Amino acid sequence: MADQMSANRPQVQNGAWRSLVDDWSSDRQAFRVSWGKAMMWIFLLSDTFVFSLLLIGYMAVRLTTPQPWPDTSEVFALTVLGHEFPLLLIAIMTFILITSSGTMAMAVNFGYARNRRLAALFMLFTAILGASFVGLQAFEWTDLIQKGVRPWENPMGAPQFGSAFFMITGFHGLHVSIGVLYLLIVARKVLRGDYDRAGSYEPVEIAGLYWHFVDLVWVFIFAFFYLL
Amino acid sequence: MAYVPSADAHAHGEPQSFVTKYIWSQDHKVIAIQYSLTAIAVGIVALVLSGLMRIQLGMPETDLVDASAYYQFMTLHGMIMVVYLLTALFLGGFGNYLIPLMVGARDMVFPYVNMLSYWFYLLSVLVLMASFFVPGGPTGAGWTLYPPQAITGGTPGAGWGILTMLVSLAIFIVAATMGGLNYVTTVLQARTRGMTLMRMPLTVWGIFIASIMALLAFPALFVAAVMMILDATLGTSFFMPAIIAMGREMPHEGGSPLLFQHLFWFFGHPEVYIVALPAFGLVSDLISTHARKNIFGYHMMVWAIVAIGVLSFFVWAHHMYVSGMNLSFGFFFAISTLVIAVPTAIKVYNWILTLWQADIHLTVPMLFAMGFIVTFVVGGLTGLFLGNVVVDIPLADTYFVVAHFHMVMGVAPILVVFGALYHWFPKVTGRMMNDTLGQLHFWITFLGTYIIFFPMHYLGIMGMPRRYYAYEDYEFIPQSAHDLNTFITYAALVVGAAQVLFLFNLFWSALHGRPSGGNPWRATSLEWQTPDTPPKHGNWGEKLPEVHRWAYDYNVPGVEQDFIPQTEPQPESGHSAGEERT
Repeated sequence: MADQMSANRPQVQNGAWRSLVDDWSSDRQAFRVSWGKAMMWIFLLSDTFVFSLLLIGYMAVRLTTPQPWPDTSEVFALTVLGHEFPLLLIAIMTFILITSSGTMAMAVNFGYARNRRLAALFMLFTAILGASFVGLQAFEWTDLIQKGVRPWENPMGAPQFGSAFFMITGFHGLHVSIGVLYLLIVARKVLRGDYDRAGSYEPVEIAGLYWHFVDLVWVFIFAFFYLL
Repeated sequence: MAYVPSADAHAHGEPQSFVTKYIWSQDHKVIAIQYSLTAIAVGIVALVLSGLMRIQLGMPETDLVDASAYYQFMTLHGMIMVVYLLTALFLGGFGNYLIPLMVGARDMVFPYVNMLSYWFYLLSVLVLMASFFVPGGPTGAGWTLYPPQAITGGTPGAGWGILTMLVSLAIFIVAATMGGLNYVTTVLQARTRGMTLMRMPLTVWGIFIASIMALLAFPALFVAAVMMILDATLGTSFFMPAIIAMGREMPHEGGSPLLFQHLFWFFGHPEVYIVALPAFGLVSDLISTHARKNIFGYHMMVWAIVAIGVLSFFVWAHHMYVSGMNLSFGFFFAISTLVIAVPTAIKVYNWILTLWQADIHLTVPMLFAMGFIVTFVVGGLTGLFLGNVVVDIPLADTYFVVAHFHMVMGVAPILVVFGALYHWFPKVTGRMMNDTLGQLHFWITFLGTYIIFFPMHYLGIMGMPRRYYAYEDYEFIPQSAHDLNTFITYAALVVGAAQVLFLFNLFWSALHGRPSGGNPWRATSLEWQTPDTPPKHGNWGEKLPEVHRWAYDYNVPGVEQDFIPQTEPQPESGHSAGEERT
């Protein structure tokens, strides 16, 4: 469909500004993208507001609560072979998620190169990395719960630490889990050759948009929760 | 074939069975009707609730409702009217029906998601209605649901009631998001050939900007609802400070009730304009069509809609002047609130200038449109009082506020809803609504709402507080105020009952109304140029329409017919008629 659209569009001349004006004033479409991609971008904009407001809410209760905020480098420390490594687990989780963005980008690339098998394979890699991220998150939740942290209480200080942590990482983990399912469904369609018949691998890229967004959100959660 | 319209590439098969055609339908027109009927049904519930409240206020000796029931009715009345009636009807009802028809698309871009949107909306309504039957009844926290009182014992419906309300809101937000994504994408990407953004009818502009706002404002309500559900069920303390309720210490500490107010109003104020902007758009088209004149200052109208949409995200704390805030914040929010009056006033001037020296046809839709302008100006002027911190503080939580928001975002948009229903009913059913009943309905509703809400300004200035269940035994409330309350109640009951006229007209005319033909109002915009009325599945038959002009070519000089449809090609020679004149 994308090819078809660009085919019946007037050629754009001189520069980015000119093309911006052409796009917005054109009849039929404001952006030179397919419907699915436009919708995904708009959805992600809306979802950005959800995550931003969750993080703003977390910052607000962190400021208003009278109890001390726990020292995050201690809370999130991982003991390996008798040594305490601050932020070790979270560094691994972040590394996994960033890597999965890389494999996703390669899947998109192979998709557009019409390489069915490699595209599906790299989507599968991405999904496995995403699933292991969720697994490590479950491990971290267990660790915190064993330390006595609950949504309603926290032996190390403000109870809002537990509330905000479980709510926001839970909501993000839900996004990753949905993303894993989404990737597997699209990967299956890739393998079946649905997109070869439809003539466009764009759905792979759209799934990629969602996946990169979830990664990007994680960077902010990481910064606001673990580093501050 | 010269070009393949992108909409045609997506055409899906026509449904055959009754179930796929009318129940699990993916056709935007059927979904629009489903949305509208559900919204009207739930609106009737809210109307009955308001009647019961009025009986308690006007005739306290009847003891029809007790204090708890009064607060529950008040909460449900407010929430239903604002969210489940007006938002759903303007975006889900009119948005769904009119966007694809007005921009020349065969359907919304993702019909399946559109169908899901309706079913999620219905589910949210059912969950809300279920709250009447849960232990303790629906929540009585007031429609703003402020914590801590919303979830502390002693507030009616503090257990199950508030939970069903919050869950229902969360489901509604999912529905509104799925719908909103469709509306925005359809307007941006699926217009027919020739339909540039600046040729779209103002209806589409209003619904388009309101949908974008809904996508950005509802997340705040969603986040607030999730946090409050956690506070109420898991015992977290996002919004709950340490408090002693009913003599017992509650298991909360360190939360911020103000955070909820900020989140709620960051949604709540844009919500006012999510309701108002579609109303602005629809009324612009009603006025232009029934005054047989192009809308005055089309470009200004578009930019005013956009400006209002942007500004409305920067005024939310004017609902919180008495919650306590830094003085400079109060100053900022008062200024931004008053600045919104500028684009809004531009719109009012342009409506009036459209009517100026026009060939005004006093049809029922036109009556409602003009009723809207008057009501909106009255409600808007009291908004200037309340937008100023110093004036707001003595008036806060009095009947002045009740009068203000009922005028500006209750009565004014509902008048547009009625006008628009009378206007587009012929396209939906192929039949006209009864004119006499319509006139009667208009005059009773329009004059009646003034009789109801105008005296409330006096009650407010007198200092009568809102949200009280009974007003006996307060020395500062004179007997005259009680008499006025009784008078308002009589008026409210009459106006409420008069809506039966409308409902009867709606259903009777759908079956027995006079056949309307395809374009009974001789209107220019695309939805009136469909090959069939009501439009069939796919809207446009074989070929998508092609647009050659804006939607407001009425009484163009030198043209015999008093309107030129958007599909009419421009004359070969000479300058274009209309479009460039603004």
